Amino acid sequence: MAVITPDNRGLRLVVRYAVLTLIAIIFIFPLLFMGMSSLKPDQQLLADTSSLRAFLPVGDLSLENYREAFERAPVGLFVFNSVLVTGTTVLLSLAICSLAAFSFTYLEWRGRGLILSIILATLIIPFETIAIPLLLLVSKLPWIGFEGLEWGWLNSYRVQIIPWIADGLTIFLFVQYFKDLPRELIEAARVEGASWFQIYYKVVMPLAGPVLATAAILKFLVMYNQYLWPLIVVQQESYRPVMVGLQYFFQLNIAWGEVMAYLTLITVPVLAFYLVLQRAFIASIASTGVKG
Amino acid sequence: MASKLTRSTGAGWAFALPGFGLIALFIIVPFFFAFGLSLTNQRLISPNPTEYVGFENYRDLLSLSVITLEPERDDSGAVIRDEDGEIEYPRVRTITRSDDFPQYRGMREWFRWQSGDNARVVIASDVVFMKALVNTLMFVLVVAPVQGGLALILALLINQKLRGINIYRAIYFMPVVVSIVVVSLLWRFIYDGNDGLLNNLLSAITFGGWQPVDWLGNPDTALGSIMAMSIWQAVGFHMVIWLSGLQTISPTLYEAAEIEGASKWQTFRYVTWPGLRNTAVLVLIVITMQAFALFAQIDVMTNGGPLDSTQTVVFQAVERGYGKQDISGGSTISVILFLLVLTISLIQRWLTREK
Repeated sequence: MAVITPDNRGLRLVVRYAVLTLIAIIFIFPLLFMGMSSLKPDQQLLADTSSLRAFLPVGDLSLENYREAFERAPVGLFVFNSVLVTGTTVLLSLAICSLAAFSFTYLEWRGRGLILSIILATLIIPFETIAIPLLLLVSKLPWIGFEGLEWGWLNSYRVQIIPWIADGLTIFLFVQYFKDLPRELIEAARVEGASWFQIYYKVVMPLAGPVLATAAILKFLVMYNQYLWPLIVVQQESYRPVMVGLQYFFQLNIAWGEVMAYLTLITVPVLAFYLVLQRAFIASIASTGVKG
Repeated sequence: MASKLTRSTGAGWAFALPGFGLIALFIIVPFFFAFGLSLTNQRLISPNPTEYVGFENYRDLLSLSVITLEPERDDSGAVIRDEDGEIEYPRVRTITRSDDFPQYRGMREWFRWQSGDNARVVIASDVVFMKALVNTLMFVLVVAPVQGGLALILALLINQKLRGINIYRAIYFMPVVVSIVVVSLLWRFIYDGNDGLLNNLLSAITFGGWQPVDWLGNPDTALGSIMAMSIWQAVGFHMVIWLSGLQTISPTLYEAAEIEGASKWQTFRYVTWPGLRNTAVLVLIVITMQAFALFAQIDVMTNGGPLDSTQTVVFQAVERGYGKQDISGGSTISVILFLLVLTISLIQRWLTREK
């Protein structure tokens, strides 16, 4: 066994940090490049790619690219649509999935085990394998709107929201969490004459903070970053979310400054949110793996 | 025996119904719908009634045959060669359009090889779909082990007890929260053949000795470039899952290993790795499912090109089902994809089963 002297212990530490930092650069530099480029005029942006200047806020900096991006596409509308669709879906998902999980965990009813296994079995169905039949299905569904009964859900907010509210993973996360809550709490409330809905609302939900955060973060990431589904069900500009809005910037000669401005604009809020709630984000991903 | 306090059929159903109803309508129904639609000629909007067509859609996608072409011979029976000395063959068309071979009608050449003087030609009813299948399988076979392995290495690095290690963990995870669509467009610029960051970086490292490569414009490098980018974006996700697996391994096992004088490799081999069994199965299956779904990167970066070198199964499903409004064709591809995912997952489960 090698003798560890203070000297080579220090050296080892330096090597460890050097390796960690080198890897960190690989992950962070492309994103840094995106942000810095969004502030530079196209010519300088291209020139800077041949040196480290690409990652630095140097030269002729302005918000000009952002102004041009707003002129090219209705950016404000896209952001509004994304926030509306994401926010509504997350809230409805938390309510409906936790209620179902409450029923699966605490209530005894005929068929409970079977239904729960069916829900868990849907976890092996990738969304991409049902997207096309689902497209046909939603194009035929009825809806009661302000003008009475209408057919077809294409080009709407509802088509982006309702199919995404309930999913096996969210229900599974709630069930896992509820299982570990002390059952005596429920039984005590029951003895005192509380209704099931009161127990759900007043006893269980106030204790569900961590799992609510986990489920909300996972759903938020899925919804905000949604691409394939809105691409095929929304052709009208007025309902498009930010990721599909990107297509306004695809063209033969891409104006990279504008593209970087748009990418930065739609990414920074998520990154900021992530950096603030970093532990919760990572914990939520980890929790999908623990018992699965 | 269930306690009386929790027996409640009415409330139980009522609470579970909204969630289960939505899952049934938007996941289970379309799933079975896909099988049904794949046997019809359903279109998104069509004046004609939908008809049952049996397995025609599957035949149109999956038919494959090998035909043998005999060389062209001159009057004396000698093989004719072109200026480069290559043997000349009749065109594949002479067979696929001939009334003598109705079974090959409409098929096209996928690839060929030489067998003696003859050429053996593999013809397919849908060459683009065949390429999409091969590309998708390649993507899965490369990305699943490489991404899983790199994620494990990162997890082991992050699992060290060092000051500030959480900052590194946060950075490695960062690309995961960025949309793959954003990442794809950003990397289109990084991979650019002229001003791309990657070419410039390689040129700087080799002191100008690097010849710029059009990463996405070259059929030999396009798919590989997309693989590398996809791994960069998602590896942090699986790092976190490995980490949570690592943290379930009891520290006393490591102490025991240290007392026994085990080397680092031995500790990994006999303590860490066995403790990660379940995590490994999960990581492998999750990456495989995600890799089979490859779509956004293709749609944003290459549209399947150049020369169909980045066509994928999901891209084909969308191009048909949505682009050409051919719901039955798109559904058929969806069914094939699902069966593929299922088969591979079952094989993985079997290979990693408890022995």
